[in-house]
Amino acid sequence: MLIGYGNPGRLDDGMGPALADAIEKLNLPDVTVDSDYQLTVEDAANVSEHDIVIFADAAVKGQEPFFFKEIQPKADISFSTHSIEPEAVLALAHDLFKAHTKAYVLGMRGYEFDDFGEKLSDKAQNNLLEAIEFIKTRLSEQKFD
Amino acid sequence: MSDNNLKRIVIEPVTRVEGHGKVSLLLDEKNNVKQARLHIVEFRGFERFIIGRPYWEIPVLVQRLCGICPVSHHLAAAKAMDIIAGVDELTPTAEKMRRLMHYGQTFQSHALHFFHLCSPDLLFGFDADPAIRNVIGVAQKFPELAVQGVMMRKYGQEIIKVTAGKKIHGTGAIPGGINKNLSIEERDGLLKDIDQMVEWAIGAVNIAKDYTLKNVDLAKSFGSFDSNHLGLVREDGAMDLYHGNLRAVDKDGNKIFDQVDYKNYRDYIAEEVKDWSYMKFPFIKSIGPENGWYRVGPLSRVNICDFIDTPLAEKERQEFMAITAGKPNNMTLAYHWTRMIEALHSIEKIKELLNDPDLQGTDLVKTGKRRGEAVGLLEAPRGTLFHHYEVDENDQVTMANLIVSTTNNNTPMNTAVQRVAEEHLSGKPEITEGLLNHIEVAIRAYDPCLSCATHAMGKMPLIVSLFDHKGELVDKKVKE
Repeated sequence: MLIGYGNPGRLDDGMGPALADAIEKLNLPDVTVDSDYQLTVEDAANVSEHDIVIFADAAVKGQEPFFFKEIQPKADISFSTHSIEPEAVLALAHDLFKAHTKAYVLGMRGYEFDDFGEKLSDKAQNNLLEAIEFIKTRLSEQKFD
Repeated sequence: MSDNNLKRIVIEPVTRVEGHGKVSLLLDEKNNVKQARLHIVEFRGFERFIIGRPYWEIPVLVQRLCGICPVSHHLAAAKAMDIIAGVDELTPTAEKMRRLMHYGQTFQSHALHFFHLCSPDLLFGFDADPAIRNVIGVAQKFPELAVQGVMMRKYGQEIIKVTAGKKIHGTGAIPGGINKNLSIEERDGLLKDIDQMVEWAIGAVNIAKDYTLKNVDLAKSFGSFDSNHLGLVREDGAMDLYHGNLRAVDKDGNKIFDQVDYKNYRDYIAEEVKDWSYMKFPFIKSIGPENGWYRVGPLSRVNICDFIDTPLAEKERQEFMAITAGKPNNMTLAYHWTRMIEALHSIEKIKELLNDPDLQGTDLVKTGKRRGEAVGLLEAPRGTLFHHYEVDENDQVTMANLIVSTTNNNTPMNTAVQRVAEEHLSGKPEITEGLLNHIEVAIRAYDPCLSCATHAMGKMPLIVSLFDHKGELVDKKVKE
């Protein structure tokens, strides 16, 4: 399962949904694609029904053009938001639904987040294209480690 | 006393981008709280984003404003654009599909807030270790409850999916109507679990009610204060979350105004600007900014309505109102109880709608003579949401004014923080874990939208800063 998340109205924050759109169009066998503004608790139920999940999001710092790493379940401590982090979604999937789903994060480096707009920056667009190629290969070959 | 003799403590929980919520406490020489301010970064520039866009795009575009409650903005904008399109009354199918979408949104939002954000505070206590006092802690100690929360949220999201379309690009509501009805398959899929959802909603009301009644002394004192209340009611005074007229009552329940057509909201509501906050401070014009501020949201809606038109929620409303002898309840913690009464009301409404054959109707859209200005209002999960637009002869938006629920609750949230801080500050100019916990609980009761925009990885530290009376930083804590 691939979940691309972010707000397409906040410039480079839309990288996650853009990647999800691109992958969905490929109609890859045995791959479920979803996109949303953010991750929330019900994603745990969806994640629990899959062997492997990839959370794809824009990243404000870190490796260019993207990083890809396995994540472990972890409690989420948030102040007052309805959204949660990939590690917490995984923790809920494991704790509540006894899932053994493996999870990875694809963090695509973005640069512009602090305004409204539906266009990715040029650098983010390039990073997105590289990430699409990378994830397409991984999904096709079913190799993630 | 001059500000030079005051110390400022800043609690800055940056949950998303740009520092969405920041609390600053101003202390006097004896380290008592002189002033509390909750700073929420409002997203300036959104109006600019939609100015010039054709009016039929707006119900989709405004969802970009808030990733947490896009449906509320979608529907408020659609209601305004109905009027722009010259349509005063939708077809029964369109009206009911939109209501189904709205009740689905309210049900999932309230369930998520209660089980994810509120229940850890109620089940573990406000002073419990934050490492446990969270949704994962609930999942480990109360797994059945946590599963209920997840599945209630999922159910609401399923309703949104079949009424609005894609989660990230909902297109269900369009000017003058909707773009699809509910198929028999979709209806039956939702009806399959409806009784379970009603049962769980009743259980959630009972948790909130039992907690409040067992801790009534705490509830009466914790961040509580008298206030006016504002919201929509139906013409017969019933609660109506989707459509109605404005009613405002004072702390004793006396009507300040009633059955006001919301297109005239500017005759009754004004917004004050303060130099220390990006957010405006709305108030009732006839009373003025000093005392005219008001609460919105579940507590206010239950306080102002004459009755709820679904039997289970109405029974709960009566029980709730009985503890204040029918007068408005002004306890901040009572938001949780009323939020669950509304969740129950919403799922009762959903059941009623799913059994209504109008949802399979095929008359979806009406047209009319174009107009240039419109206001769309509804009761979003967090409170009254105002959308106001002007559109020129080229069909382009030339003016947009949005008052979101969290803005309406701006002064009440500041007041709640002040009350809690006055009670829990340790007497030393330091942010103790207890103080932080109690301020969080007070703000959370209002379910403010602090995470409307981006959420990209790496922008979510909790920063706590401490300044001395000279304004110099003396301590800073960051929670990643």
